[in-house]
Amino acid sequence: MKSRRFVLTFPPEASGEPITYNFIKKYDIMVNIVRADVSPGKIGHLVMEMTATGKVLKDGMEYIRQQNVACEPIDKKITYRSDLCIHCGACSAVCFPGALTMKRQTAELTFEPEKCVVCELCLTACPLKLFSIDLG
Amino acid sequence: MTKKRSIEEINEKILSGKAVVLTSEQVSAMGRESSPAEVMNRVDVVTTATFGPMCSSGMFINFGHTTPPIRMERITLNNVPAYAGIAAVDAYLGATETALPHDQYGGAHVIEELIAGRDVLLQATAKGTDCYPRTEVKTLINKNTVNEMIMFNPRNAYQNYNVAVNSTQKIKYTYMGTLLPAFGNATFSTSGELSPLLNDPEMRTIGIGTRIFFGGTTGYVAWHGTQFNTGKPLNKHGVPVGNSATLALIGNAKQMSNRFIRAAYFEKYGVSIFVGVGIPIPVIDEDMARRVMIRNSQIETNILDYGSPGHDNLGRVDYRSLFSGEISLNGKKIRTAPLSSLKVAREIAEILREEIKGGRFLLTEPVELFQKTTGLNDLEIRL
Repeated sequence: MKSRRFVLTFPPEASGEPITYNFIKKYDIMVNIVRADVSPGKIGHLVMEMTATGKVLKDGMEYIRQQNVACEPIDKKITYRSDLCIHCGACSAVCFPGALTMKRQTAELTFEPEKCVVCELCLTACPLKLFSIDLG
Repeated sequence: MTKKRSIEEINEKILSGKAVVLTSEQVSAMGRESSPAEVMNRVDVVTTATFGPMCSSGMFINFGHTTPPIRMERITLNNVPAYAGIAAVDAYLGATETALPHDQYGGAHVIEELIAGRDVLLQATAKGTDCYPRTEVKTLINKNTVNEMIMFNPRNAYQNYNVAVNSTQKIKYTYMGTLLPAFGNATFSTSGELSPLLNDPEMRTIGIGTRIFFGGTTGYVAWHGTQFNTGKPLNKHGVPVGNSATLALIGNAKQMSNRFIRAAYFEKYGVSIFVGVGIPIPVIDEDMARRVMIRNSQIETNILDYGSPGHDNLGRVDYRSLFSGEISLNGKKIRTAPLSSLKVAREIAEILREEIKGGRFLLTEPVELFQKTTGLNDLEIRL
């Protein structure tokens, strides 16, 4: 079983198909909605963690794409300019899910996108503005 | 009689390649198994460093004269105002200056561009005088066109600083970073046992004229820093608890590097600048050996509530706990985060160690030691 976080992007003209329901019922994918921003007539975003075997996850992805919904792993949506980072730690202060942490031995910042909940607090907390999130 | 070692002796050892130089983290580790007398015998110099946001920073620039000349009265650099009330073509660019209150681009960013060697837009106006007839200047400058770029920071290298938390139900945006509501996090900003003034808490070896590593080049301690306060209570290890002594630093910004000078913007607070400072401490006697052996667990500071108007003091914590990533306050566990880069501070301490070991950086005797103070004046509203 694998857990991965994805960003689903719904076009304004999305079919209205109950995607999350079908995920659970049809594909037996364990779903945890991390963040949702869906309104009628607008581009919507759903950040969710999906837990399933590799094969099931692949089938689920295929189903989403058939519904005209884009689905990308979360790390593809977040940019962290690590080359410019000074490892001050200011971003780790606000990262409550623990995706951004300071390594004790090396005093370096580590970023684990799999733990990110797209709260966007790091965008403003970084004094060098090295994070950006593009949900599309 | 206890053994003593003079700066002259240490410099002779440095020049003959025999000096033993360690970083203060290395000597703190060594101190677990060695006595001060042993450290005194084995170590000549200890390097300390810090790389944190230091608002009280800026740069004097002399632009050179135009023909015909101008006595610049209003100056901007990339639209950021610089102080022009000095002389015809001298200015002081403060790191925190911005054109508008909520600008995210300020003096620190202009300083970064100048250090990088990039062109910056200079605009100046004047009323015009008989000897300085020109009334306007608009041109590009860079570090090769100006005469001087002298970084002069009135207050850097704070000896200890408080921890910030937020008791309110709302996010607080501060110079101590973003403070989450209901004690959601705690931020701190020194390099602990690596920090310069925590390794020489009584400033027996650091004084006016001390040669230092400053922003990637050699600089000097010009004076005590502003808000210099030696009146703070000491803990049982002789370290002041909370904000205390500071240093005013000076150096040639033309030779600095953006690896050690970085512009910063703190959300809804303003612009600041990360400044890299490294200070060598000569182990002149057993007392200094004992001082440089200080460990994070022996350095303490106050936890202040930035959610209360008076920044209420909520308790005391040591740096080992702060660096562990979690502290305990009134039974609640709070995640901690640094604001000052320990990684870059370590890099600076190591560079300085190599420079000294290689005989390229000699130690200085302070021209004068700092006077002790008894506290700070508050600004009274008298009208």
